Formats: sequence, C-alpha cells, structure tokens
Amino acid sequence: MPSAAARMRTLPVGSVGVRASGWWGMMCLIGTEAALFAYLLFSYYYFAVQFGRSFLPNELPSVRLSGPDTLILILSSVAVWWGERGIRQGSTVRLAIGLLLGSVLGAVFVGIQYLEWLDKPFVLSADSYSSLYFTITGFHMAHVAVGVLILVVLLAWSVLGYFDRVRHAAVSIGAIYWHFVDAVWLAIFFTFYVTPYLGW
Amino acid sequence: MAVTEYDRAPLVEESTTDSPLARKLEALWETEPGIVGFFTTVDHKKIGIRYIVTAFAFLVVGGLEALVMRIQLARPNMTLLTPEQYDQLFSMHGLTMIFLYALPILSGFSNYLFPLLLGSRDMAFPRLNAFSYWVYLASGIFIYASFAMGHGANDGWFNYVPYALKAYNPGPNMDFYALGMVFLGISTTVGSANFIVTAFRTRAPGMSINRLPIMTWGTLTVSFGNLFAVPSVSLAFFLLWMDRQLGTHFYDTTADGQPLLWQHLFWMFAHPWVYVIVLPAMGMVSDGLPTFCRRPLVGYTAVVLSTVATMVLGFGVWLHHMFATGLPFLALSFFSGSSFIITIPSAVAVFAWIATIWTGRPVITTAFLYFASFIAMFTIGGVSGVMTASVPADFQLTDTYFVVAHIHYVLIGINLFGVLGGLYFWFPKMTGRMLSERLGRWNFWITFIGFNLGFLPMHLTGLFGMPRRIYTYPPDLGWNTLNLVTTVGAFMLAFGILLLFVNIFHSLRHGRIAGPNPWDGPSLEWAVPSPPPPYNFAVIPVVASRHPLWEKRLGEGIGESSVARGLVLDHGKETIGTTVLDAQPDVILKMPEDSWSPFTVTLGMSVGFTGLILTYWTPYGWAAAAAGLVLTGLGVLVWLWPERKLGQVAEHAHA
Repeated sequence: MPSAAARMRTLPVGSVGVRASGWWGMMCLIGTEAALFAYLLFSYYYFAVQFGRSFLPNELPSVRLSGPDTLILILSSVAVWWGERGIRQGSTVRLAIGLLLGSVLGAVFVGIQYLEWLDKPFVLSADSYSSLYFTITGFHMAHVAVGVLILVVLLAWSVLGYFDRVRHAAVSIGAIYWHFVDAVWLAIFFTFYVTPYLGW
Repeated sequence: MAVTEYDRAPLVEESTTDSPLARKLEALWETEPGIVGFFTTVDHKKIGIRYIVTAFAFLVVGGLEALVMRIQLARPNMTLLTPEQYDQLFSMHGLTMIFLYALPILSGFSNYLFPLLLGSRDMAFPRLNAFSYWVYLASGIFIYASFAMGHGANDGWFNYVPYALKAYNPGPNMDFYALGMVFLGISTTVGSANFIVTAFRTRAPGMSINRLPIMTWGTLTVSFGNLFAVPSVSLAFFLLWMDRQLGTHFYDTTADGQPLLWQHLFWMFAHPWVYVIVLPAMGMVSDGLPTFCRRPLVGYTAVVLSTVATMVLGFGVWLHHMFATGLPFLALSFFSGSSFIITIPSAVAVFAWIATIWTGRPVITTAFLYFASFIAMFTIGGVSGVMTASVPADFQLTDTYFVVAHIHYVLIGINLFGVLGGLYFWFPKMTGRMLSERLGRWNFWITFIGFNLGFLPMHLTGLFGMPRRIYTYPPDLGWNTLNLVTTVGAFMLAFGILLLFVNIFHSLRHGRIAGPNPWDGPSLEWAVPSPPPPYNFAVIPVVASRHPLWEKRLGEGIGESSVARGLVLDHGKETIGTTVLDAQPDVILKMPEDSWSPFTVTLGMSVGFTGLILTYWTPYGWAAAAAGLVLTGLGVLVWLWPERKLGQVAEHAHA
C-alpha cells in the first residue's frame, strides 16, 4: 500500500524575481553580449597596438557631446532603478514614471549620439578607425534602441496593470538589461574618449 | 480562466504512469497531432529527435561531398572535378560537418535527455528550445541555398582573408557563408542559454551539483563556452560581410586594416569550439561506458573538474593555429606551453575510462565497442594534436594532410563514435525498441576499420608533404598509394554508416521491445517508460545519490532516492525549480503551452537574412531586411506578452 500523501513546504508559483527562469536567461544573454562587446573592443585595441598613433584620427575624439550624453545614460539607469524599487513596494505609478523617464532619456542619448555621428569628419569606409568607430557605437546604439523599446513595452504593461509587488519579473529582467547596456557604454566611452589621451 | 496562485504547498504522493494523475498530465502535456502540432510543439523529446535526424541528414550530405573528393584524389591527375568545384566541396564538407552536424547532433541528445536525466518535465525554456531548432534548420537551408545555386563557400571552413574579401572572391559565396554563420550563431547561443538554465535550475530535488550525470556536465560546460566563444565568430563573419558589402576596412591592408584580425577572432572561437563538439560526447561516454562495465565511473570528481578545466584552458590556446603567421617568439612559446598543458585534463578522462573498464565487468555490446574504440581514437587524435603543439613540428606539419588526419581523428573519433555509441545506448529509450546487435557488430567493425584504413595512412601522406586543399597532384611524389588507400577506407566508412541506417529502419519496425531499462542503467531516464510519456515523470522524483537506480546495490548516498513517490505538480503545465548547488525546491515553474511564436519568429529572421543576402543583387534587399526586422520584433513581442497562465501577471491589479 503506498504511503499516505504528505505536503511539502509552501513554494512560490510562477515568475517571481530572481527565481524566474527568465531572469537566469537574461543573465546568459548579458554574458554573451558582454563577450560580443569585449571582442569588438579587442579589435580596437588590437589595431591600436598594431598601428600606434597613426591608427587614431588627427583630431582626437572630444567629450563635448559624448560627456553629457554619458551622464544622460547614467541618469536613465537611475530612473529605471528608482521605478523598479517602486514596484517592489507595490507602486505601479512610481514604476511607470521611472520607465517613462528612463526611455525618454535613452531616446535622447540616441539622438545626441546621432548628432555626434553627423559631426564626424570621416565616414564608415574611410579607414580601420572609422570602420570600428561606427561599428562599435552602432552596435551599442542598436542595443540602446532595443532597450528603449523594452522600456516602452514594460511601461505599456505596467499601465495595463500587469504588475504588482510580487509579479514583476519582466520589469526586473528588462531593467537589468538596461543597466547592462549602460555599463557597456562606459567601457566604450573609456576606450574611444579616454585611452587616446593616455599617451602612446 | 485558469485560477493561479502566488504560492502553494505541493502534495507528495506515489504515482505511476497509469494513474488518474498520469492521465491528467498526459492531457496537459500532449502535443496536438497533425500539422499544427508539428509547427507548434515545444516537447523537448520531439525537438531532440528532430535535431538528431537533421544533424544526421547533414552528416550524410557532408559525407557524400567527401566521397566525391576522395574519388577525385584516388589517382593523380584526375579530372572529375574542376578546381572551383573542389574548393566548394571541401569548404562545404568542412563547414557542414563542423557546424551543421557536430554540435547539433550533441544538442539533439542533450535536448532529448536533459529533462529525463534531471528528473524534470521539459527544458527551462521550451519555446526557446523549439526556436533554436527552427533557426538551426533555417540557417542550414540558407547556407545550402548558396551551394545549390553554384555559389557555395569556397575558401575552406576557416575562411581566411584576404582571399575571402571581395577583391579576390567577388561572387556571393562568402556573403552566404558569413550571414549564414551569424544566423546559425543565434541558434547556438539561445540553445546554450537553455542548457545552462535547465541544468542549473530545473533538477529533481536532491540532485545536488555533485550528483549531476557527467553528460549534463559536458553540455553545461560547453554551453558556457559557447556563450563566450560564439560572439567572436559571429562578429568575425559580420565584419567580413561589412568589408565586402559596406566598404569597411577591418581585414584589408589598404587603410590600416589587418588580415590577422580575422584569424584571431576566428580561432578565439574555433579552438574552444573543438572542445565544444567533443566534451558532451565525452560526457556521453562517461555515462554510457560505466553502465556496460557494471560499475560507477572511476573518478567522477576528477572527470568533472577536468571537463571544466579543458574548456577554460581551451580559451587560451587559439594561437597554436597561427604559429606559421610570423608571431613574436614570446607568443609562440606561451601558446605552445598552454597547448601542452591542456593535454593533462584530457588525459584524466582517458585514464578514468580505462580504469572503469579495467576494474569493471565489461558487457560487450555494440555501444560498448563504440565507447571503447572512442578511447583508442581519442588517444591517437590527442597525440597527433600534441605533436602540432610543438612549434617546430607545427612549422613542418601545418597545412599538410597530417592536420587533416588529426582533425578527423578528433571529429570522427571523439564525436561521431561517441554519438554512435550513444545512439545504440539511448535508441531504446527514444523509440521503445532495441537496435539489432547482429547488424550492430557489422556496422561497428566496418565503420571502425574503414575509418582507420582511411585516416591512419593520411598522417603519412602529410608527413610526405602533401598539402591540404589541392584538387589533384602529379604522379611522381609518392602519394599515389596512400591516397588510394584513403579513398578505399572512406568508402568503407560510408558503407558502415549505411549499415547503421539499415539497422535503424529495420529496428524501428522489428526491433526487440526495450522496456524501461534494457541496459539496467543507473540514472533517472531509465526509470520512465520507453518512449517516455509527454510529461516524463508522473511525480517529480527526489534524488539522494548519483545513481538513483543503483543505490541499493552500491549503498551510496544519504537516505534513499524516491522515484515512484514525489511531488505532484498538476495545476496546469508545471515543473519544479531548484537551487543551483543543493537542488533544494525553490519555486514551482509554470511551463508554456505549444506555440507558433518560435516558428514565426524564425520566419521573420529568415526574411531578414534573405533580405541581407539579396542586397548583393538589388538594393531592394534592404527593404526585405527591414521587413524581416519588424516581423521579428513583432513576433518576439507576441511571444513575450505576459500570460496569467504562466504566472507572469498580477492576480489583482494593485494588490
């Protein structure tokens, strides 16, 4: 005779915070994307070591646009973080405001980046530096664009009332991606706008 | 509307596959029959078998390409093929075997077996699993479309620049290969993420990390490797495509580009890839071989650690493919040293297998023969590999048939033979019927002799100086007999593989009924019927040792595993989520229904990549590419839309 039924301890059901499979999947995506940008930056440093000063453009890149742009991106991360903290306490309104601010600041970042593209005296096919500059910043801009779309979709879902104190795994997953995209920018910024001044 | 809850204490009960609970689960997990089910299924068992069948189809195609080349090379000055045809054949042969066969076949086995080995009901991301298969298929078709049009890849599987650049290779051949590899990389990456999360998060309670079957360790390890290696090759191919079509200067020397960047990016991926396509097969041997030796594997912990060590070190040896490119002496020394060191963890597995046979009571079956010969050929392929780790020897051997012989001992010896052994081992689980042992012996011996007849002499061909990738050779260089012998061996190998297919088709209908555990195996997949029901386990088992089905005999572990009695999870499609190290129950995971999304997103991406290749002929290709991007985005949005049934939506807004 089978032994009597028993009960296990109570477990959460469904997508909950870092217990959600999606959160672990996002960690994998971030790992592989980090590797992608590492290989892109490897290509930059490889050329820099191979060719020295002649690899860089005559006029070194300036922080006139990229500096404020970097601050804007950091602020957008702060906004999204603040919104996500809000939903953890059950505030859908704070979440929506955070996501709205984050996506607007992200879009502004892309706009300013585009201005900087127009500002450059060279084009994609000029030489290996220009190819790398547009490719790396282009890859990053594409990631920011996807990130903004994710924030907008999350905003729509939060307005639809999909999230509460317990059920907001999608927000945490989208937010961690957004912070990652911002962190990648810091590595790119350091590479293109700081290392040329560190001397050859 | 399904009523869901935020938390629940699941029942623990005893159940079998003919209980009311099992019938309820069957209805929940079953794939709809017919054409709709074909496109929408997310059942890991169906997807796994699809992977295996498709990978074998590519194996046959790649094999036929090889046979045509072997006819051309059988005698000197043959004119069966033109040089261009020969270039396309060896390139397509290489990329087919390495990218479209070698990993997908292992992914197939892992897909089929992971949830069964782990005591779970499906992969962590069932829809992503279906998606990775569809993308694999679509990218394979994409790459082969070029060959069908007469524009197949023609620069070898590692595709060196500058020959792959537009100035020297103006046709669309390289564009197909480049975009196809970026496309395939998506499949590999999402598949890897799925294996990692599945192995980390969806194990039976109690299956702590030191109780994982070795095959799971192998696939888990290479999946990590893939996450970090695949971006390198996807990027390399994408930059190549940009150089060819958008006029960038990454690889050409006219504007501070550097052809060696290609070799770096390619081999930073491709050397780890060598381990990616052998470590899971080594894991299959580590799980299969002990079953036939009637004892647990010797040195479980050492084998696991050496598996991980091999992968990690595998990222630090890529330069040994580039010894002849004029690198600094220091770099040569370092990478030669690391290439010697990596043999140590590989040897650990070999000694563990030998000790397992030595101290066991081997039962000689076809599967055992494949596993045992795997060890022998691993040793040969390993030794010829160490020889090329030595810089002076490599200067002599590089770009000769010696390297071709080495790579075939690695890929056939350590991948195909493990896979064939695994097929004989797990075929009964997948189909419910045994493969014929009598035909199996013929299959094994002809394959084994044919392979060694073909490829052992090839080492000599290389030592006698025959370069690889030449479409013919003059008669007076002493290579004639060796080449003829290799051709004979290649055809014998092909005949051996043909016998395998005969065996499969015969046994599918007439094979002996297997029952749940025909080999008296130790792990959880043997606890369920053959073939397993759609939900795998009626109740989620609880595990107390490495060998749940052997533990009464072995007396290992603390307490007892419980397979028939376990967690009841039947409020919709559910499985258990557990903690990474100790496999403590952590969450009840809601699993998705069958879905069109994986297929439709793949279609969207196919439109996108087809658009990009069309830009070679017409600027309208860009419009198609943009349309594909939009379709893909919309498809992903539909896919990810939060569902109440999956526990992704608030029960009461503002609760």
